[in-house]
Amino acid sequence: MREMTFVEAAREGLAEEMARDPAVFVVGEGSGARGGNFNTTVGLYDLYGPERLRDTPISERGFTALCTGAAAAGARPVVDFMFIDFLTDAFGELFNQTAKLQWMSHGRLKMPIVLRGCFGAFGPFGAHHAGNYAPFFMHVPGFRVVVPSTPADAKGLLKTAIRCDDPVMFLEHKGLLHLKGPVPEGEHLVPFGQATVCREGTAATVVGIGLMVRRALEAAEQLAADGLAVEVVDPRTLAPLDLPTILASVHKTGRLLIVDDDFAPCGVAAEVATQVMEQAFDDLDAPPRRLNGVFAPAPYSPALMEGMVPGVAAIAEAVRTLCAE
Amino acid sequence: MTTPGRALGNDQLLALYRQMVQIRRCEEQLVKLYGAGRIWGACHTYIGEEAVATGVCAHLRPTDVVFSTHRGHGHALAKGVTPRELIAELMGKATGCSGGRGGSMHLFKPEVGLMGTSGIVGSSITLAAGSAYAAKLLKQDRVSVAFFGDGAANNGAFHEGLNMAAIWDLPVLFVCENNMYATEVPFAQVAKNPSVAARAGAYGLPGVAVDGNDVLAVHRAADEAVRRARAGTGPTLLECKTYRTRPHSEGMRDAGYRTAEEVTAWKARCPIQRFEAVLLADGAATAENLARIGAELQAEIEDAVRYAQSGPEPDPATVAEHLYSA
Repeated sequence: MREMTFVEAAREGLAEEMARDPAVFVVGEGSGARGGNFNTTVGLYDLYGPERLRDTPISERGFTALCTGAAAAGARPVVDFMFIDFLTDAFGELFNQTAKLQWMSHGRLKMPIVLRGCFGAFGPFGAHHAGNYAPFFMHVPGFRVVVPSTPADAKGLLKTAIRCDDPVMFLEHKGLLHLKGPVPEGEHLVPFGQATVCREGTAATVVGIGLMVRRALEAAEQLAADGLAVEVVDPRTLAPLDLPTILASVHKTGRLLIVDDDFAPCGVAAEVATQVMEQAFDDLDAPPRRLNGVFAPAPYSPALMEGMVPGVAAIAEAVRTLCAE
Repeated sequence: MTTPGRALGNDQLLALYRQMVQIRRCEEQLVKLYGAGRIWGACHTYIGEEAVATGVCAHLRPTDVVFSTHRGHGHALAKGVTPRELIAELMGKATGCSGGRGGSMHLFKPEVGLMGTSGIVGSSITLAAGSAYAAKLLKQDRVSVAFFGDGAANNGAFHEGLNMAAIWDLPVLFVCENNMYATEVPFAQVAKNPSVAARAGAYGLPGVAVDGNDVLAVHRAADEAVRRARAGTGPTLLECKTYRTRPHSEGMRDAGYRTAEEVTAWKARCPIQRFEAVLLADGAATAENLARIGAELQAEIEDAVRYAQSGPEPDPATVAEHLYSA
């Protein structure tokens, strides 16, 4: 199969959906002729023009609400926030309008909107370009939350997101954008709520989020050399969360580590651990463990960034500790 | 008061009158129901402001859409929600227009173009701009209307929404109901420039101020704005200067921020009484005609109360339905 980067694969998915459905349009700062800060829309402006590749003023709250109104009225907007941090200006609109209009209208309005952006403390971007807001959106009724970790999933999940009639947070880890991998041509749709077991093992289950899936796989490779067979699970979508796949893995391994570069309190790892304990306490041979990013804004200096988020060595160490419990 | 001239026929004039009286009678009934403890929570009445919703919505087709405010009963009725569905909603019944989920502030009936009233000030502006964007993108002949108050004019949504609607020539009408108070904060205290309409120039769209208690003035101004939108020439900001004569919300203390004299003076400018005088002077109706219309609408509202009261309660097992499309 041909190989593409994560960005190229997502862009192919977007291009296919724009060709398929004239109701799909993209808004963002520099999403038009420039092709997006992260090259998310390169080449599409020439095909579809300004009405469907809309450069916006720096009005995150405004264009998020505008797209919410457009989605309620039958269009299928894709809001490209560039850095996901910029959607914080739109929290009120997202939580009060985007998430609630379907419910408030008793299902008579639909909300087919995709909210995408790059996230994660990665590189020298500093505190305002490094956030990860997945837990906020998992917490609020009405959102789908999608975090692909491979180019193929970036394409397949984005296509599913654009066809979905619900608001979808599509979160792209900055550390994955240039990752290359095989990507199916044409109609490749990855359903929501289906985790994948990326590597099979019996010693422990490691659930990774986004870039942490790749690092967990590297750690698993190292641990295999030490005789520890680690199973790595990628939930792919956090809402809905495919708990059965995680439970089946824990049933087999008896140990669970969740690796999430976001903060620990009230986070994804806390939620996964709780659900596993509620459903499969008797399967656990040790307490579920979390490995998270440092509870502080992301710094600029590479020296300060060292250790901000879990690296391969830290993951391997956490698995060894877990397996020794 | 404006003389109607003969721009409108008697049927149209009386339709405007009927609509205003329907809103008034319905609101008066809701006030009674609130006092009797039969509706709860917020109940923001539109009494005194009826000419605005009536004058604007008279130009709208069922396929045109309205995004409204926390003070939205009048917009809902003028857009085609029935008093039965409205009163049932405020009584929390399954037969309400939002199935009992919304109450006074969250009225929905997209089937007639009511895209929602809202508890968040300013939200209607950008949502309506978005609906207009969709209409343009999908080449649908649809006008979108945002109703909002003077309070929303000081919210960032006003700035971002008007700017985007202007730069993209969106088919949308921004109707500011300037009733002089954002809840209980006087607009004069929170805006150095007393004119909302004047702000339109900053965004490059037309801004028009009208007497919001003159239904014909509102009707005329909205006519031009809706024509502009339908012709694809872009949005208009319409500032309708009006006044609510009831408290911000039923049950709230209505003192300390405005005088009784001011309320009395505005009651004397009642849009319905003023329009009655015009209709009688113009010979468009007799006192008997108007009394009969009033009686018919009173009967409609009383029927709506009986309907609402006898309707089923919503099933608590359904409260999480429709969070997701599937």
